[in-house]
Amino acid sequence: MGSKRKDEILHDHNHDGIDRRGFLKCMAWAGTGAFCVMQGGVLKSYSLSRLPKLGPKEAMGELSFVQISDSHMGFNKPANPDVAGTLKAAVDKINSLSAAPEFMLHTGDISHLSKPEEFDTVDQILKSATPKDVFYVPGEHDVLNDDGKQFQERYGKGSKGNGWYSFDKKGVHFVGLVNVMNLKAGGLGTLGHEQLEWLEDDVKHLKHSTPIVVFAHIPLWSVYPEWGWGTEDSAQALAYLKKFGSVTVLNGHIHQTMQKVEGNVTFHTAASTAFPQPQPGTADSPGPMKVPAEQLKSVLGITDVNYVQGQHALAVVDSSLA
Amino acid sequence: MRRSVSIAGLAATLVLGMGALGADQKSFVVSAQQKQEAMEVKIDNFSFGPAALTVPVGTTVTWTNRDDIPHTVVSTDGVFKSKVLDTDEKFSFTFSKAGTFPYFCSIHPKMTGKVIVQ
Repeated sequence: MGSKRKDEILHDHNHDGIDRRGFLKCMAWAGTGAFCVMQGGVLKSYSLSRLPKLGPKEAMGELSFVQISDSHMGFNKPANPDVAGTLKAAVDKINSLSAAPEFMLHTGDISHLSKPEEFDTVDQILKSATPKDVFYVPGEHDVLNDDGKQFQERYGKGSKGNGWYSFDKKGVHFVGLVNVMNLKAGGLGTLGHEQLEWLEDDVKHLKHSTPIVVFAHIPLWSVYPEWGWGTEDSAQALAYLKKFGSVTVLNGHIHQTMQKVEGNVTFHTAASTAFPQPQPGTADSPGPMKVPAEQLKSVLGITDVNYVQGQHALAVVDSSLA
Repeated sequence: MRRSVSIAGLAATLVLGMGALGADQKSFVVSAQQKQEAMEVKIDNFSFGPAALTVPVGTTVTWTNRDDIPHTVVSTDGVFKSKVLDTDEKFSFTFSKAGTFPYFCSIHPKMTGKVIVQ
């Protein structure tokens, strides 16, 4: 499956006996993510479903990577009975990109219930993706019952605290933050004092012209606090990033794409590879959304980012699997 | 040696428990019968229902997760803590002391509730 072109998914009836054509047609939203391209210092993000419409100019930059999110491996309710299938569909989309992205970011909720076999399945599926490096941050579903111990053992080698870290790729400074630990009653996502201090120190010596990409599970902006879609102390984190000309914040958690620009900071949320959630305030709760079959593919996504070195901003656009 | 210590501890617990039960036994029996349906808290649509539950001392409260998403039931003051509850899974806790016990879902902390034990 892994190395097949995206068109082939639609004609694949074999393997586990599931009619995958029928399934993936219904799951039109299935397995999406975002292709991110840095162009002129601007991070652009395209939903993987829109990639066929992208010209070579739009897809090329100095650095490109893919963001996937919220795989929720282990989820098996009507909103998506085959989250492995939709993640595979996302990988197929990634593998069909004409220029292979440098790496992947997974912005959390890899698993649904933090079970070892759920992580194993995702690891196995992502092995078939062309980009070999995957950078993870945990979602709240990845740190259940054990305060994130298992997540740390699997994905957090060399990270600080509960799993935060930074790295550099082609002049872009990437920062992975953890905001799903030690959540307080009635509150939102939390970064915590120790992590904020680390962040301040981590970016202190960088040039102002360095493009910054911050990724974390829960949005670092107030998308909809009533549903817990925000981070208590994100303002402090953003204050440390004020001096930079280009800051891009990539999040997951809300299972839909949203974008917002605030000064030097562009915020993006990626769709889930598993199931969509309602728009803020449009339902009683943020539970999994069952959408009509014909709409399904349009609501799952992959983010892909491309960066052109030597200029300043980043741009991201999310795309769906449709 | 160790065994005798733990037996002593158990005996003390039993005596205390019986004392508490004895003092409130009548009211406990009556309210438990009257409010039997209220001993359950249902988790629906990312909320605890009822969000505030009043029960007599000694009541066992059972939470049932009826959402498609896992939740937890965690006492804000560290008195009780469930494991993660997947769809239709339950968690029970017996309240042996009077007081107000606020709790929340540690995965979705906007979800809060309280049990008032009288």
